[in-house]
Amino acid sequence: MSAPSKHFRFVATDRRVREDRRFVVGKGRFAADVAITGTKHVALVTCPYPAARIVRIDKAAALALPGVHHVLDGRELAAATSPLLAGLDTPNVPRRPLAVDVARYAGEWVAAVVADTRALAEDAAELVEVEYEPLPFVLDGEEAYAPGSPLVHEAHASNVLLDRTFVWGEVDKDFAESPYRLAFKIKWGRSSTVPIETFGVLANWDPWHEILDVYASIQMPRFPDQVALALKLPGSSVRVHNNVDVGGSYGVKRGIKHAVLAGYLARRLGFPIRLMEDRLENMRGGDAHGPERNFDVEVAFDDAGVIRSMKIRALDNVGAYAGRSPFQLGKPISAIVGPYRTKSVQYQAIAVTSNKTTQEAVRAFGQSPTNYAIERAIEEVAWHRGLDRLEVRRRNLIRAEQFPYLIPSGTTYDSGDYHAVIDKVLARADYASLVAERDRLRGEGLLAGIGIAACLEPSGANSTFEPLLNPKNETTTYSEGCRITVDVSGAVTVNIHTVSAGQGHETLVGTVVGEVLEIDPDRIRVVRPDSLSSLPSQSPVGSRMAIMLGGAAFHAAQKLKAKLIAIAAHDLNIPPERTVYEGGNVSDRATPQTRRSFVELVTIAHRYFHRLPPDTEPGLAFSHIIQVPTGGKLPTSDGRVQMYPCFAFEFHLLLMTIDPDLGKPEISRYVIGHDCGTVINPKIVRGMTMGGIAHGIGAALYEEFAYNPEGQLIAQTFMDYLLPSAHEVPEVEIVHHETPSPHTVFGQKGSGESGYLGAPAAIASAVNDAIRPLGLRVNSLPIKIAQLGDMIAAAKERMANSE
Amino acid sequence: MSFEALRIELNVNGETRPVEVEPRTSLLDCLREQLLLTGAHAGCEHGVCGACTVLIDGTPMRSCLMFAVQADGYAITTIEGVTPGPGELSPMQDAFCETHGMQCGYCTPAMILTAHALLANNPAPTRAEIVDAISGNICRCTGYAQIIEAIVLAAERMRRLNQPASQP
Repeated sequence: MSAPSKHFRFVATDRRVREDRRFVVGKGRFAADVAITGTKHVALVTCPYPAARIVRIDKAAALALPGVHHVLDGRELAAATSPLLAGLDTPNVPRRPLAVDVARYAGEWVAAVVADTRALAEDAAELVEVEYEPLPFVLDGEEAYAPGSPLVHEAHASNVLLDRTFVWGEVDKDFAESPYRLAFKIKWGRSSTVPIETFGVLANWDPWHEILDVYASIQMPRFPDQVALALKLPGSSVRVHNNVDVGGSYGVKRGIKHAVLAGYLARRLGFPIRLMEDRLENMRGGDAHGPERNFDVEVAFDDAGVIRSMKIRALDNVGAYAGRSPFQLGKPISAIVGPYRTKSVQYQAIAVTSNKTTQEAVRAFGQSPTNYAIERAIEEVAWHRGLDRLEVRRRNLIRAEQFPYLIPSGTTYDSGDYHAVIDKVLARADYASLVAERDRLRGEGLLAGIGIAACLEPSGANSTFEPLLNPKNETTTYSEGCRITVDVSGAVTVNIHTVSAGQGHETLVGTVVGEVLEIDPDRIRVVRPDSLSSLPSQSPVGSRMAIMLGGAAFHAAQKLKAKLIAIAAHDLNIPPERTVYEGGNVSDRATPQTRRSFVELVTIAHRYFHRLPPDTEPGLAFSHIIQVPTGGKLPTSDGRVQMYPCFAFEFHLLLMTIDPDLGKPEISRYVIGHDCGTVINPKIVRGMTMGGIAHGIGAALYEEFAYNPEGQLIAQTFMDYLLPSAHEVPEVEIVHHETPSPHTVFGQKGSGESGYLGAPAAIASAVNDAIRPLGLRVNSLPIKIAQLGDMIAAAKERMANSE
Repeated sequence: MSFEALRIELNVNGETRPVEVEPRTSLLDCLREQLLLTGAHAGCEHGVCGACTVLIDGTPMRSCLMFAVQADGYAITTIEGVTPGPGELSPMQDAFCETHGMQCGYCTPAMILTAHALLANNPAPTRAEIVDAISGNICRCTGYAQIIEAIVLAAERMRRLNQPASQP
């Protein structure tokens, strides 16, 4: 399966992205664009308290409004449906689309109003009177973890969903033998990916076919199965349409509760039902917040700053309910030592419920916060020993000749050359002059800092964190399928079986199939059939599609090519070894003029059964379902397992100036070195990386789902939750390096989360370098301008007073 | 609650389109639901993200913050109006494809309209001017680099289009 050759026809060439043509003319087909006559619309009634018993729901005034068809409450829905699937084995923490008797966060959906128009549904939602009895609540993760906390789910008897400590290697011994130790706490604040398109779903029940059609802006593994399970329908009665464009997701567009709610209403009422979140519903009740994580980190190291061992306690405040979000503590196990040679690790993973909005998967699935913790540890060690931060990284990095490299938690990193990437970045940035520029700026009275971060992007998601964190779950595959057909005219069509949110999957498979078949990718049609016509797909999560969908397309195309060769060899009456395949035509190596053209071979396959090799099926249709490379094993009892096959590397370097009066940071130079193996489409990979950095800048400096002490989310609009605009994102230079993965068909690794993996750590590093002369250090993200300004002012006052 | 519908005429992409709307109907909802011009997208519906941007007499405006009845009497241009014809792309649209100035495509039509408006007034914008112009259009996918490159490329190509083929 390893990369056969560096020579490619189409792979790694700067081809256009085929999806773009429909988007630039406004012809994307987003969930809100799908129209079915007679569609009714949903608006939601939400709980104003962080925790409350629902005493009474008075629907009369809403139902009296002409054009209002139904007011659905949690009891009615719960009686007809199963709870939504949870990742962990926590049966007493049921999650449902509408609260049943108790609401557990401010903004939780309590009732759904169906009306002729969305505006009318909103009018009616205001007329639904709900009587609440407020209950005690808990917002802080540590408080929720502590005994005596108010319980979010009384039946669960605790707020703890997960609390497991792993010890990989001789942690105690390594700590005892290390001359130095230090400990610190850091915090990753609650933010998310917040796509510009909110979540939307349109569901339509056909009672004669007994099929529920679902059009949704989803990015979720096993979405059709989960909808069917919750609605108590056979899987073959739920038809999810994959040819819906998703207006951004980056992990969060799970929408399972939305789809179950709309699906139920469509069946119950006999209308097509649309539920399109407005921005408030999206930010407060859409269950799409990202990790909120407290770290306690302890490192043991030597005089040279080489880290021998590390203890990490990570506590995720997952909010009121949990789907897969606690698994975000699992993925970081795949790269728990980052790009470093740390010999042993103790890792305590804790997930607790609280009375905040429910979380979902966010880009990097918990890896970005952990990368931030590891990078902070490196810098703390450097400062402790009075060493250069870059040099300490160098001393700890895994070296090129050490690959494949087994880390303590059982994963083997596939390949890399971290020092080479860093060398390239330092050369591009002219590091010495960057340092000189920082010092010059400092001399002018500004606060200036250099930010550095080195980190990994685990890619090619398998789901090994599922059996690791939930022993009842024995999943050991995370397959992806691809099907290729060639019609009687020779036209090639490729079927892919998932929805895309801008990752360019059509371009990916067109390129891969074109590469194998040696035909122009633009001649290859790529379509997305619905879920009832699909092969297995786990959706584009965990930076997996270049590896998994690319791999499946490659192997399906190889099968096609093999059949063309077999048909030609038989028809030419020569052994297959003597054939030469070229652009779909097959010739005899001995007499090249003896050949069968692609069109002839296709004709034989479809129509001339008498010329086919014996026992050969007519037609040309090929499927391949690929297993995750290196996957397939259950974890050992001490929690060691191979997670993810491929590990991309990125190194960030930036120069930041902070206005000493306002605290406003400005990035004047940003260089990233990126190695994701073979790059299949340079435009796509560059875009992913740039976008990931922009998102990382947001998470580091601007974005936070902040709550007030009364339990209200206070960032409810884009005026409070600040997404970086073109002003906040600097020019970024990308330096490429290419260390192919031995596990993938072209040597590619994933890049869907690139940039975001390290940008927050790099920005934190720059801020801390800038404010260090004032004796300051920030150990929480986001680092907001106002907070920074206040800290700087206070420090200056202290310094002035002490003079 | 419900209001009597008003009959108005909107000038959209050079055509007069009669519509009946409630006074509270936003221009965005009117364009999408009544005129089926779905290239304008709802993002935040409070005027920050810019995904609903259309041109009103050539100026980028938030169609989510404007009532349809307020648009009566103005020339409204949507993304459908700058697309030359079936299967064809404007130089700006083509430039966005050339640099891959998008990913999910949700903010793209609005971004392209904003860029069209910029170049209509300033055929050779600097990077800073481009950043200023698009700073009211949030893109969550790209980090803006390839969008800025698209606008630079389109500006170059459009300037060249206006030059004589050979200099005397």
